[in-house]
Formats: sequence, C-alpha cells, structure tokens
Amino acid sequence: MQWDFLLVQSLSGLASASSLFVIASGLTIVFGVTRIVNFAHGSFYMLGAYIAVTVVPWLLEIDRSPWLFFVGVLVSALAVGALGVLMEMLLLRRIYRVPELFQLLATFGVVLIVQDLVLLVWGPVDIPGPRAPGLRHGVVILDQRFPAYELFLIAVGPAVLGLLWLLMHRTRFGVLIRAATQDREMVGALGVNQAMLFTGTLFLGAALAGLGGALQIPRVSANSQMDLSIITEAFVVTVIGGMGSVPGAFIAALLIGQLQAFGVLIFPKITLVLVFLLMAVVLVIKPWGLLGKPEAAAGRVVLPEGILDPRPLDRAGKMLAALGLAAVLALPLLDAYAVKVGTEVLILALAAFSLNFLVGNGGIVSFGHAAYFGLGAYGAGLLVVKAGLPMEPALLAAPIAGGAFAALFGFFVVRLSGIYLAMLTLAFAQIAYAVVFQWVEVTGGDNGLVGVWPSRWAASREVYHYLVAAVTVAAIILLRRVIHAPFGATLRAARDSAQRADAIGVDVRTHRWLGFTLAGAAAGLAGGLYAFSKGSIDPTLLGIPMSVDFLSMLLLGGIQSVLGPVAGTAAFHAAKDFFMPLTDHWRLFLGLSIIAMVLVFPRGLAGAWDTLRRRRA
Amino acid sequence: MTLLSAEGLTKRFGGVLAAKDVSFGLEGGEMLAIIGPNGAGKSTTFNMVGGQLRPDAGRVTLAGQDITGMPPRAVCRMGVGRTFQVAQTFLSFSVIGNVQMALIAHHGQTRMLLPDAMAMHQDAALALLERVGMAAQADRPIGELAYGDVKRVELAIALAAAPRLLLMDEPTAGMAPAERSALMALVAGIARAERIGVLFTEHDMDAVFAHADRILVLVRGEIIARGTPEEVRADPEVQRVYLGHSGTRAAERARRAHG
Amino acid sequence: MADAVLDVAGLRAGYGPAEVLFGVELHLARGEVAALMGRNGAGKSTTLKAIMGLLPPRAGSVRFAGQEIAGLAPFRIARLGLGYVPEERRIFTDLTVFENLEVGRRAPPAGRAPWTPERLFEVFPNLAEMRHRRASAMSGGEQQMLTIARTLMGNPEAVLLDEPSEGLAPVIVEQMADAVLRMKAEGIAVLVSEQNLDFAAAVADRALILEKGTVRWQGSIAALEADEDVRRAYLTV
Repeated sequence: MQWDFLLVQSLSGLASASSLFVIASGLTIVFGVTRIVNFAHGSFYMLGAYIAVTVVPWLLEIDRSPWLFFVGVLVSALAVGALGVLMEMLLLRRIYRVPELFQLLATFGVVLIVQDLVLLVWGPVDIPGPRAPGLRHGVVILDQRFPAYELFLIAVGPAVLGLLWLLMHRTRFGVLIRAATQDREMVGALGVNQAMLFTGTLFLGAALAGLGGALQIPRVSANSQMDLSIITEAFVVTVIGGMGSVPGAFIAALLIGQLQAFGVLIFPKITLVLVFLLMAVVLVIKPWGLLGKPEAAAGRVVLPEGILDPRPLDRAGKMLAALGLAAVLALPLLDAYAVKVGTEVLILALAAFSLNFLVGNGGIVSFGHAAYFGLGAYGAGLLVVKAGLPMEPALLAAPIAGGAFAALFGFFVVRLSGIYLAMLTLAFAQIAYAVVFQWVEVTGGDNGLVGVWPSRWAASREVYHYLVAAVTVAAIILLRRVIHAPFGATLRAARDSAQRADAIGVDVRTHRWLGFTLAGAAAGLAGGLYAFSKGSIDPTLLGIPMSVDFLSMLLLGGIQSVLGPVAGTAAFHAAKDFFMPLTDHWRLFLGLSIIAMVLVFPRGLAGAWDTLRRRRA
Repeated sequence: MTLLSAEGLTKRFGGVLAAKDVSFGLEGGEMLAIIGPNGAGKSTTFNMVGGQLRPDAGRVTLAGQDITGMPPRAVCRMGVGRTFQVAQTFLSFSVIGNVQMALIAHHGQTRMLLPDAMAMHQDAALALLERVGMAAQADRPIGELAYGDVKRVELAIALAAAPRLLLMDEPTAGMAPAERSALMALVAGIARAERIGVLFTEHDMDAVFAHADRILVLVRGEIIARGTPEEVRADPEVQRVYLGHSGTRAAERARRAHG
Repeated sequence: MADAVLDVAGLRAGYGPAEVLFGVELHLARGEVAALMGRNGAGKSTTLKAIMGLLPPRAGSVRFAGQEIAGLAPFRIARLGLGYVPEERRIFTDLTVFENLEVGRRAPPAGRAPWTPERLFEVFPNLAEMRHRRASAMSGGEQQMLTIARTLMGNPEAVLLDEPSEGLAPVIVEQMADAVLRMKAEGIAVLVSEQNLDFAAAVADRALILEKGTVRWQGSIAALEADEDVRRAYLTV
C-alpha cells in the first residue's frame, strides 16, 4: 500500500467527517437544550438537499458565480431552520414532558410525513444537483487526484465548529444555550423564557441539518432515502461524542470518518458494523459518551408509563378475547385474502406482544425490536434455503436465533437506561441490518432470499393459518402468563423502583437481561413464522420502519394494558392493508396518526375501552 | 454478640472527607439514631452500612459476618431491611402486591415463569400489613394512599425479608406532623418485640428524643457526641454545633462594619 | 400588609406524595431582611422553591408586589423582580464567571441604576480576578458569591436566599453577611433561610421559625437571642 493512497483515503475520511459533524452538531445542540432526540433531524437534512437542488440551479441561471452557489446553500439552510421553528411550535412544545418513547415516536411521525411531502413536491426520481462553480476540478496531491470540492468540505467542519464556538461564547443566545444545556430550570428561575430559547435552538439545529444537506448536492443526488441513512449516523456521532456536546460530536465525527475510510480497506463488507461496534464499546466504557455528562438522576415518584397492576380478565374482557379467537378461526370461511391478512396479524401480534413485554411491562424502551424478529426470520430462512432443512426444525431455530442475539445485545443494553438504552437498541438493530444487507453471499443482500416455504402438510394457506394461530396464541398466552408470574412482576417492580427492587434482594440487571432475551426469542419465533408465510426474507424485516411499526401497534393498542397490543396490531395491520393500496400517501397518514395518538390518545384502544366501560358502569 | 458493628468507616469524595473513622455498635431490639446538620455525613454512613457505598477504609459486620462492600441486594439477603427518605415502593402494584413482591424476592422466587404472583404469599403479606396497621387497605393501589400510609407499607416491605436489622433513612420525612410519632412508636414496638436492631437518621428531634435508645451526633464526617438522649441533650458541644456558632466572630464583624 | 413586598398565606407544597409545607404564612416588608430559620427538613428550602414557582404550590396564595404569583412559571416570577439563590448554588460550571452573570442579566425597572458586572465586582472583589475563569474551577465560597451576583444581575426587588452560609469557611461567611447587608443598603428585601443563628443575627431584622412545615414563631432577632426556650424547642436538639 502506498503512502499517497493512504493520504487520499484519510482526506476523504476527513471530508465525510466534516459533513457528518455539521449535521450531528445540530442534533446534539437540540438534544442538549430540549432533551428530545429528534428523529426528524434527518428529514431536515434531506429537505436541505432538496431545497438546494431547487434553489441553487435557479440562482446559477442568473450568474454562474461560486458566490451564488453558496448563497443558495445558505438560503436552503435558513429555510430549513424556519421549518425547525415550525416543528417546535406545532409539535415539540406539546411533548417536552411526555415519556421518551412518545417523543421518539412523535418525531418519527414527522419523518414519515416529510417523506411523503418530499415525494409530493419533488417526485420519486433522484434529483442531481449542480456542481459548485470554481470547485469542479481535481487537485493533485502526491500524484493522486482529489476533488477540490472535497477539500472544501474538509474545511467546512472546522469552520462550522469555529462559528458555533463564537456563537456559543460571544452571543447572549449562545451563552443561554450552554447554560440551559446544563440546567434548564435554573435558567428559567433567572427570568429566561424557555419557550423562546427552545424555538431558537430548533432554528439553529434544523439550519445546521439543512446546511449539511445543501452542501451534499454536488456529491450526491437529492433522494428520498437520505433521511434515515443519515439519522442513524448522526445518532451514532452524537451518542459517541456525548449527547449535548458539540466538541464531542466533532471528535466522534473525525473518529467515524477515519474508521469508515480505512475500514473499507480492511473489512470492505462490514464498515457499518465497525461504526456501530465503536458506539457499543464507547457506551459500555463511557455510558454518557466521550464528552457527555451523566443525566441528573431524578428520584421518580410518578406512575410509570406502562402496564399497571395486571388483573385477570373480567367477563367483558374474556368475551372480547373469545370473540377475537373465534374470528381468527373462522377467517378461512371468508376469502383467501382475509386468511393472508389474518395470518400476518397473528404473527405481528406476537411480535408486538413481546415488545410490550419489554416496554410496557419492563420499562425497557427498545427501538430496535425488529432486529430479533428479522434475525428469527433469517435464522429459519437460511436453514431452509441454504441447509435444506424442512420447516419444523427451522421454526424451532427461529426463537433460538432471536433469543441468542437478544442475549448478546441485551448484555450491553441493560447496562444503560433511558434514552441511551433506546439509542443502543437502535444501534444494535442497525448492526444486524447492516450485516444482513452487506453479507450478500449468505443473505442475498438487498434482494433477500426466496424459497422459504412451509412443509408439504402445511403448504395450504388455511392449514398454515391454523398452524400460525396455534403457535402464536399459545405463545401469547404463555407470555401473558409470565407477565402475571413472579418473573414478570419482578420486571415491573424494577421498572417502578430499581432502588426498592435492589433493597428487597433482586438482581435487577440480570432479570432485565433475561427479560430482554425472552422477548427476543418470542420476536424471533414470530419472525420465523413470518418468513414461511411470505416464502421469502429480506432486510426490511430488521429495519427501523419495522421497529416503528411494532411501536405504533403498541401505542395504538395502549401500552398500559396486557392485551392492548394484540388489538393494536389487528387495527394497525388491517388499516395498513386496507389504506395502503388506496393511497399514495400512506406514510403521511401514518405519521399524522402517530402524532395524533401521542398528543390526544396516549392510552390507545385499551384506554378508550376502559373509558367506555367506566362510563357505562 | 453485637448485631451490627461499624469500625473505622471512612469515605472520601474527591477532596472532601464525608466520613472519618466512624465506629459504633448496635444490639438487637435497640434504636440508634444518627443526627447532625446537613452535610454531616449521615447519608454517607448509612449508605456504607446498606451497601450503596463502599467505604475507603473500615469494616461493617452483621452478627459477626463481614458485609463490607456487599451490594444492597446481598446485604438484604443477609437480613437487612431498608426504608428510604423518599418512600420507594412499586407504584403500579396494590398495597398487598408490594408486600407479596417483597416476599417473592425474599423466597428467591423471582424467576418463576408460571404461577400467578398475586396468588402467592397472600396470608403472610396480609399478616405483615396487619402488623403495620394497613390490612384494611390491602387491595387499594398504593398510589392512592396518603404518604404516611405509604411509609407504613414501606415498613411492611422491609419487614418481609425477616430482617435482623432495619435501616431507616429519615423515616418521618414528608409526613404530616400528627402521623410521625405514631409511625415511630410502631417501629419501636416492632423492634423491641422482635429484637430487631434499628439504625435511623432523622431531622425531627421529637421523633429522635422520644424513641431512640442511643444517639450519635455526626458533624463534618466525625462523631462528636454519643450517648442516651439525656446525655446528648446536655452536651454543650452539640448545642454549639446546632446553632452554628462557628461563624460567630465573622458575622459579628460584618454586623459592626455596616453599623 | 400594605408595605409587604412578599405575602404568603396558607402555602402548601410537597414532592410527589410527600407533603412538606402545611400552610406557611409569612410576609416580607420592602427593604427588610428576614431570616427563615428551623432545623434540617423543616421546610425552609421547600418554602423558597414554592414561592419561586420551582415547586408548584398545591394550595395557598403567594403575592409579590401586590400581584398573585402562585402558579406562574418561574421565569415570569423572576421577571416581576423576585430573585432566587438556590442552596445547591446551581452555578453553570461550564460557563465562565462573566457568562454566568450574563445569564442572569435583566434590565432594571425604570429609574434604577442597573447592577453591572463592574459594580458586582466591587461587592465581590474575589470574582473580579477570575472573571474569565470557568466556574467549575472555583471554590465553594467563590461559587456561592457568584450565585448571589448572578441573581443580582437581574436587578431584583426582593431576593430569596437559601442557606448562604452553609458549609463555608468563616472568612467567606463574613463576605456573605456583607453581601446581604449590601443588598439591604440597596433597598432589596431579602428572605434568607438559615440555620446559623449568628449569621441570621448579623444580617436579619426579624426571624421566622419553621417547624414541620408551618411557621411556629416569629419576632425580632433580639427576642430570639434572649429566649432560650424557643431556641431549644425549634433550633437545637
């Protein structure tokens, strides 16, 4: 290997680090002040790119000067900043005090809405941007050509860091931001209106994301996948650097830029894995990131958001459950399509139920539960397709695969709490996704694998439906039983007060780990059943949208209730199945629904059912 | 044999000596109070006994067994029950459910996957609630109780582990004044009847002087006085510390300067 | 009372299910320094937090300069001219001394000379020498001065001062007492919570004794110093 090659490699690492820092700095500033992890930050980045590919060419029509290019980039950033203000005033202001899970979901709702709006406005085709006048040439460095625009990007990161430093140290607004990052309440007690400060912070944060997006247009076409691909990287940078720390984000971006640039040379297949692995290692050694500060632990004496005192089903509840079960068994009397939807509902209900075992019962907010669902599916699918095993042993392997990975990842996850725990579950899910996506020889990569069919006896839709019904209903009954049993009660107790659980002799961490593993195994079983119902597997089974679908099912059903998620899954999946073919704007609809649920309907269907019954009584 | 013995407990946080060579003993059935101004090292001492903090030096033994530096869950299994300054209960459980949970943990049954948790140990839980006067409220959600009653339930939870020693951090904090002496009388009654040793910190001097057998006065991490309530009350050093005469001359000077 | 800058009646507050204040009654006259005394856990800090809105009052009324402020957000209360100095100091340790003062800066009411960093450095000469130092590198006493100076930057009409002498060396305590008397000289009313009788005697005109969440005794400092029974009942063991 040549020195000049290494240098160029390192330079391109610096260029991507620089871009990543610009974006992540906005995310970390917004988190520092508002304590909200803003999923929509990636959407701001994407909007920055789309606005720039619209505005910049228009400006360049007037005059092809480098200056107008950068004016266009800045205008795009400011426009995105204004959208950030809009989001703060319309949404964030209403959710500063709700549990983290709801905050994450609500901002993810914005992600979905923006995705569809972008398609509406700009269409589905990628839009290439103009190259920057004056920076189109290559520069020769040690005999290697290196694009001038990349060199320019390398300078942008430190420049933004410098400007942010000036803003943070030389303006009243910046000083207030730093003060609020440390102690919001005290800033209020000194007479500062937090609402104004938060709005201003969102402007700054969104504008930085928009700037990051606008600066990308000479390198990549504006496309509708930009948001989720950047947001996970920005999360990782923020978490490694320490949430709320701008210098931390800078260091983390540099680390990741170099890791990616050189990782490609050594492990070309698993660069993404390296990045998330770095994050996992940092979080385990320094749970608050490189330059982060521990959250002031508040002695909680409020009712937790989740399952409360689970009681045995009353008569109305039993009747409802029996009715549901009868409907499931009667579905084959209807048409084949109803059977297909019914089978999927049952499978997803098991996955959602297992997630609520963690979230609602254990207070462990997992944002990457699809990983275990997907790994179960791949565990079963690979055995069939690659090893030629029949369905029965493959289905047995599914929960083992889900459980084994949940045990591995969970070992690290249960060491954290709150938002860091959620971020780590997301990171592990992305690791699993990346491996499945990139390991083409084994997993089939993006296309996945086909030919995951049930054994001959279960090949008909109806028989497979009954098989799924038997397995999922048994598994849900069993898990429900565990919730009522000492193990489930212990998880609930540790969620209510870890301190009290410790003082009565409970090893909280070990119980949480076992719970995580059990939920992973149940999700893996669901995944295995899903693979055979579709006949194929692909990476979307492990993706963030899948995890969010599961969480939406919980939210719709009501995370306070034991069986709510089952009802939530039925309603969610039926609605999705019904509306999706009818509309091109399913995500818009879903995003608005998620936000509406968080704002006005946080207890879901089960909550509505309770209210209805209490009104009758 | 002495039930609890602390020898030379020392703890440093950064440059601050939070506890310096703290030693004391406690017998079964005895109530020992630790008092002192804010920042005197009461909580530090307490947490070193309960396992929340590991001492830099010194030893804690329970009935002759060394428990220094054991985590709280292990200390609990050795027979130590604990209540907290802000009552820690399981808010999503009923009153009796809280005590049942403690009994399940005490019997090492927390990993059982099938039996109905709320059908277990019902009689024992009810008996414990009876002892703290809360049996009538057994089925109410604990979140609905008045705070004084929550503290009683917390005591029942601590008793579920059949403790030899109770650690109570400000047992009456946050309670209405009228409820306080009733709770302390209850604790003292149980302690004496069952030969349970009670180590507690407390700001309410009425509670301390009415119910403690012996008192330790801690100031800046050091024990400056110990003895019966009468002895401590008569100690001029204790009076001086509580009125904070340490800044006397400084304050006088300031007063004169401003005429 | 007509001349009261602060009038509290029937104030109840607590944390979650825990109740701490059971109907506190107190008033503070314009330009007066009153000491709120009592043992640990009597509810002194809670009273100040509830007045400031940091802990929402559950019942009762808090009137500041004639206006009801119970239930208002802390920033609104601060803007009306009530300053708060917390017991834990809550200095922004990542910020410099100067920046800490900047966070507290608010324009004064018309016709009053504003507090400026330069004026504050006269009162707290130690701070002047370290104006660009990070607050995390300051001693406890220096931080205590900074937290008072920061509140004064808001040009308050009255200040709630929570346990200013706690844990400080005598020479710093003297400077604290100096600072309180300087505030008084500027016409600022101060309600100072305090356990140290000597400190209270040095700065306050009047004492109120809080026990178990209610005011049990009030009177002049001289009367308190003369009355051993009251002291024994409420302040010592």
